[in-house]
Amino acid sequence: MTLSRRGFFRLTGTGLAGSSLAALGFGAGEAVAASVRPFKLARATETRNTCPYCSVSCGVILYTQGDRAKNAKSEIIHVEGDPDHPVNRGTLCPKGASLLDFIKSPTRVKYPMHRTAGSREWKRVSWEFALDRISKLMKEDRDKNFVAKNSDGVTVNRWPTVGFLAASATSNETAFMTYKVVRSSGMVVFDNQARV
Amino acid sequence: MTNGWNDIKNADVITIMGGNAAEAHPCGFKWVTEAKAHNKAKLIVVDPRFTRSAAVSDLYCPIRQGSDIAWLGGLINYILEKDKTQKEYVALYTNAAFIVKAGYSFKDGLFTGYDEQRRDYNRAEWDYVLDEQGMAKVDPTLTDPRCVYQLMKQHYARYTVDMVSRITGSPKDKMVQAWEMIASTGTPDRSHTSMYALGWTQHAKGSQNIRAMAMVQLLLGNIGIPGGGMNALRGHSNIQGLTDLGLMSNLIPGYLTLANDREPDYATYMRTRQFKPIRPNQTSFWQNYSKFFVSFQKSMFGAAATKYNDWAYDYLPKLDVTYDVLRAFELMHQGKINGYFCQGFNPLLSFPNKKKLTEALTKLKWLVVMDPLKTETAAFWENHGEHNDVDPTKIQTEVFMLPTSCFAEEDGSLTNSSRWIQWHWKAAEPPGEAKTDIDIMASLYRRMKAMYAKDGGAFPNPILSLTWPYIDPEKPLAEELAKEINGKVLEDVPDAADPTRIVLRAGQQMPAFALLRDDGKTAAGCWIYTGVFTDAGNMMARRDTTDPANRGVFPNWAFSWPANRRVLYNRASADKDGKPWSHRKRLVEWNGRSWGGFDVPDFGVAVNPTAGTMPFIMNPEGVARLFTRGMMRDGPFPEHYEPFESPVVNPLAPKIVGNPVARVFKGDMEVFGKASDFPLAATTYRLVEHFHFWSKHVPVNAVLQPELFVEISEELAKEKNISRGDWVRVRSNRGAIKAKAVVTKRIKPLMCDGKPVHIVGIPLHWGFTGATKKGFGANTLTPYVGDANIETPEYKAFLVDIERISPPVA
Repeated sequence: MTLSRRGFFRLTGTGLAGSSLAALGFGAGEAVAASVRPFKLARATETRNTCPYCSVSCGVILYTQGDRAKNAKSEIIHVEGDPDHPVNRGTLCPKGASLLDFIKSPTRVKYPMHRTAGSREWKRVSWEFALDRISKLMKEDRDKNFVAKNSDGVTVNRWPTVGFLAASATSNETAFMTYKVVRSSGMVVFDNQARV
Repeated sequence: MTNGWNDIKNADVITIMGGNAAEAHPCGFKWVTEAKAHNKAKLIVVDPRFTRSAAVSDLYCPIRQGSDIAWLGGLINYILEKDKTQKEYVALYTNAAFIVKAGYSFKDGLFTGYDEQRRDYNRAEWDYVLDEQGMAKVDPTLTDPRCVYQLMKQHYARYTVDMVSRITGSPKDKMVQAWEMIASTGTPDRSHTSMYALGWTQHAKGSQNIRAMAMVQLLLGNIGIPGGGMNALRGHSNIQGLTDLGLMSNLIPGYLTLANDREPDYATYMRTRQFKPIRPNQTSFWQNYSKFFVSFQKSMFGAAATKYNDWAYDYLPKLDVTYDVLRAFELMHQGKINGYFCQGFNPLLSFPNKKKLTEALTKLKWLVVMDPLKTETAAFWENHGEHNDVDPTKIQTEVFMLPTSCFAEEDGSLTNSSRWIQWHWKAAEPPGEAKTDIDIMASLYRRMKAMYAKDGGAFPNPILSLTWPYIDPEKPLAEELAKEINGKVLEDVPDAADPTRIVLRAGQQMPAFALLRDDGKTAAGCWIYTGVFTDAGNMMARRDTTDPANRGVFPNWAFSWPANRRVLYNRASADKDGKPWSHRKRLVEWNGRSWGGFDVPDFGVAVNPTAGTMPFIMNPEGVARLFTRGMMRDGPFPEHYEPFESPVVNPLAPKIVGNPVARVFKGDMEVFGKASDFPLAATTYRLVEHFHFWSKHVPVNAVLQPELFVEISEELAKEKNISRGDWVRVRSNRGAIKAKAVVTKRIKPLMCDGKPVHIVGIPLHWGFTGATKKGFGANTLTPYVGDANIETPEYKAFLVDIERISPPVA
């Protein structure tokens, strides 16, 4: 009988776990092997990704529980280096090796939060509220402070009173979306982390 | 990087200076180890601290922070004096032979044209002599006293071993040994690579630090060849991509530039962007600028960009000044900025002079932070005792904290320092109600557009006509955006010779940027990325690990811009006849009919070497620049200037303080400290266990390095009566921090200009949110001044004093 690695773990995990091992003639070593908890990565889904920290951009494999069936919620349970990746060849540094703890950091923000002028606290708000309010603040300021022409009468079409600091670990696709929205508004105070 | 991570294994000599790859880029550093093990490479580390990179080096040379140009100037002088250049390369592939205008000179630390009032140069004389046809004059013998080679020789003759050691504090024997090792690669069969990071950029003359080593690499013939190059290790995972895509105050994607107020129309704008060749038969690839610009405008504004409205030229803002981050916070501090967005960026800890930053944020009417984590910037108004001593009731800023997804929760691509654009896939949903940045930006835009459509307002045209070709307008897909960045054909393009034949069909994804047009028939969001998503599919998602002849090229892994090229300027790996300089270092070559080889040639594939077209195809000269004409604000040759806060006087130009053309705002100059009050030379750095202010939110890393410390030498500890583990206060003229002292042999005092200079090392990872103990940001101390060319703040060299204090009450 030929068994795949995954099949082997399934067999040892479920086929033998409930039986009386000694009675079936198993030796001590085999009994220990059979009593080991099923290797959970064997049933995990693998997703190729890239470490978000430094610019070496090591390949990582994200292991999730859940088979992506409808209504099955994927949960990342393990992260490790991608051995196929030409640069890191499966290795990770002390930062990359603990990525799971970043994904699940207790200080992840989970809901839109709002702090009003002079307040001592955050208040949870809905996305509708936050996005409506921010876009209104943007339009109000743009309409008031937009510079269509400079003092020499040259058309300059800039909005100098609101600024945008883009990231340095977001995707190129996020970057392009951000560029489109920011530049079409006329914003000139616009930078990313490259200068720091 | 001109080359890439894997290519480091091809080097014979490696210099890590201005970086610490073993700790800051550990998995990239393995290619240094590989070069040492299998290519018998020698590693040189030049750093004020004996870092973990230094610990595995063949030669460690200490240096005082902020004196790199002196060290590299000495190296240039050594190479020229000992005649170690790769002669044919220098004569043919650089501007060594070019004749410079008679008005250019250098005296007392300043170049021609300095205006002290404006802190700027008139750079008109820093240029070539052109003939009647507009071609630069050259002297191929390199003997004309006005040729670049001779001017360079004269400029660096002052950088003698004695002078350089006096400035840098580097021991003479170590220094000369390092120079000898680096200069040994001036032969066709050996290469030297330069690995650098923020240790070079974070200075008021950061760009010139890099220029100085680039000159060394050109003199030794190390640009464009395997195991050579100038390799910026870069910081974050996609800092390369965000810069490529133009998310900087003065940029349009693909390193095009925004117009300024002196360019009222498209014709004027293009006048300074013609890039006509200034030597016969040169490529001067930027001549295609209009094709990239018009294709970008078509990508942004679609049908609204026509030749009748100058391709919607007025839809983009024009610049009166450059709105870099230091200017942004200066304007905010003056109360001139009302609203501010921070997307995955934590300026309260990232920019210099935390006190000024807090005051600036306090003057905002509103602040929007989009981040997966609760950052200090979002919480700038919260009181965290001495670590953020503010009174929330006195801060009137309205603040939003919007939760975003992290890398694991979205599809998309990141560009690494090798310029590899690699796709990644979503593994799980973000926590709670967090959204992707794409969704948030789309929602804000959709709301703005609806309001402008309904109510009108200031110049609504660019907002109303922005292209939005997404199946679900509220949730654009990463693939849709990637296709847009790549670009597509808008109208059929017939063959010029045979109009019945269609070369590009409307609707087709653009196959290559060489086919982009300035007649509105093509669109491309970022021309240098064209090729990432063609009709053949998502090239960034390729995972073929084949590497012919084991060169470290991996041509079918992901996509490398431009045009899937892995080593920039690789035409220079072959001699003028197109033959590789050596069999060991071959990369591309001329086979009698075309160019080919392991990499995509950085050259016209059918251009016969007999045409005399030179390898540096982006430059109108066709060659690389040892002398940069008027392109750098602070000089055509790098010159050593002291940091704005320095423990010593510059013996080369005693009267000059700092970089003479670096911009300093009113109020910031006044809070520079003097050596008489703050005698110690401080620097900031990262630890292997942490990444900026991010990993302190990660419990594992917080356990590994839980609290702020500062690093001092045994000698300084003795002088100040400090023992290991004691609490100390470190003060600059802008603020003070408290930390535990680590007394170490890794730092030694350096003898500079006859006196010992003590160095204080300050890791930068702490703040008041996250899982570590609270700690002071290193930016409490640092000066508010940036590089003269690109405004990167001077974090790596400033002045402090230190004293022992009693431990805080638990």
